[in-house]
Amino acid sequence: MQIYLPIAEVSVNAFLLLGLGGIVGVLSGMFGVGGGFLMTPLLFFIGIPPAVAVATEANQIVASSFSGVLAHLRRKTVDLRMGTVLLVGGLVGAAIGVQIFAALSRIGQVDLLVRLSYVVFLGIIGSLMFVESVRAIRRSRANPDAVPAPRRQRGWIHALPFKMRFRTSGLYISVIPPLMVGFFVGILAAIMGVGGGFVMVPAMIYLLGMPTKVVVGTSLFQIIFVTGFATLMHATTNFTVDMVLAVLLLVGGVVGAQIGARIGVYLKAEQLRVLLAIMVLAVCGKLAFDLLVMPAELYSLGTPGAAH
Amino acid sequence: MIRAALILLGWTVLSAQAAAETVVAGLSRDAISITTNFEGSEILIFGAVSRTAPPPPDSVLHVIVTVEGPPRPVTVRRKARRFGIWVNTDAIDVDAAPTFYAVASTSGFDLVITATEDLRQRVSIPTAIRAVGTNVGDQDSFIRALVRIRTAEDLYQFNEGAVTLRDQTLFDTSIRLPANLVEGDYRTRIFLTRDGEVIDAYSQSITVRKVGLERWIYNLAHEQPLAYGILSLAIAIAAGWLASAVFRYLRG
Repeated sequence: MQIYLPIAEVSVNAFLLLGLGGIVGVLSGMFGVGGGFLMTPLLFFIGIPPAVAVATEANQIVASSFSGVLAHLRRKTVDLRMGTVLLVGGLVGAAIGVQIFAALSRIGQVDLLVRLSYVVFLGIIGSLMFVESVRAIRRSRANPDAVPAPRRQRGWIHALPFKMRFRTSGLYISVIPPLMVGFFVGILAAIMGVGGGFVMVPAMIYLLGMPTKVVVGTSLFQIIFVTGFATLMHATTNFTVDMVLAVLLLVGGVVGAQIGARIGVYLKAEQLRVLLAIMVLAVCGKLAFDLLVMPAELYSLGTPGAAH
Repeated sequence: MIRAALILLGWTVLSAQAAAETVVAGLSRDAISITTNFEGSEILIFGAVSRTAPPPPDSVLHVIVTVEGPPRPVTVRRKARRFGIWVNTDAIDVDAAPTFYAVASTSGFDLVITATEDLRQRVSIPTAIRAVGTNVGDQDSFIRALVRIRTAEDLYQFNEGAVTLRDQTLFDTSIRLPANLVEGDYRTRIFLTRDGEVIDAYSQSITVRKVGLERWIYNLAHEQPLAYGILSLAIAIAAGWLASAVFRYLRG
């Protein structure tokens, strides 16, 4: 069934969009990532103009994250306090990121920079997480009764002032590291046009030392606000949020997120991490491949003066 | 003075001769509504040649039909290999390229119209694209790429021989408008040619507009962007909550 999208001004298959929304929603619920880093390239691929894809994707992530966060809230796996601290850093970072993005697009080559930052960040995070989680799986297989050693960094992070107790995460750390993490993820999210969950989740696990089960819900919690902010910015400055596209994607997405959140419960933390690592590496590989291999069509069309 | 008068006289005679054959045409529809389930549209363009004198025996009449969507500026970028990766290196800004352009003719294009006449009337696809003052040397290859990409998307159509002409009098053709149309006035032109020269032309526009829900959403997005953004967020939050509630209910 073809549907004409009023803002994107293209006609697409409604079931294709529902399906894409569903698949990305499942991943979102399982891993606590917004799914933007998967969905946005997919939307480009089916012919949605990039500016509309980026803006509408932000709107769809709000829906799937909200759906996912409700499931996590009921299981009490959301650290609201940590989420709020991350969010404060995130909004400041996003505001600065928008400015950096505008400056880059004035110089030109913003497209390349976005792609390169995808490849670099996805590559680093994916490989680190893959190696670490495979090691963790091996360790638990070799000695199934062993209690996993607490990965608490006793270094400089614990010497910082302004300590706060995060009960849900079982942490007593300074607010500076989460603020910094939120800030950098906010910058990245604004530049790369995604919620930033794929950077946030590993940062929470490895930098802040939060338990994996809490990480997913907390990440989703702050993504809602960052992407909600982005949606409003895009709607008021670029008029590129397509409501019809968003509704189709989010109907699939919210259902998928519920299923994903339930699948996530049955998986072990290490398994969850290794799967996320594989997915991140696959997207990274695809993007790197596109940069390295000669494209079939050397020319591309764009709208002059548009930010994306 | 006499020379000017002679030229004027000559021109009057020529145009009188040209007016000996005129085109009378019709379109199957003069408005297209884009609804939510719009899947493209087909328009039938037909007409007849009206004559005040018998047709000249030594030349063949040809018909060209063009349909042109609203022009918009477009940037054409070219990739090249730099430090091992493919990046956009050169770009040109095209001032105005039609968002849709279809040309249909009764025969091979170079038989139907001369290159000079094509340039003057802007009939073929490349002449309909206006790009001036770019500082890239091989501008033509960018224009060719633009035509190639849009042709692949069915937005540019070049159909030689798609116009049927019966008894040098009645003609018809159909042009398919794809689903990804841009709103605006689509100018339809019909040219009668003899020996490659245009002897008469006719023009009419087809209005393509979004209607109903499509219209409402588009207007809201542009006239009340903040309300539109908040509404989009509200829909997202409501859908997220609804899915969560439904799943909780299903689990008992």
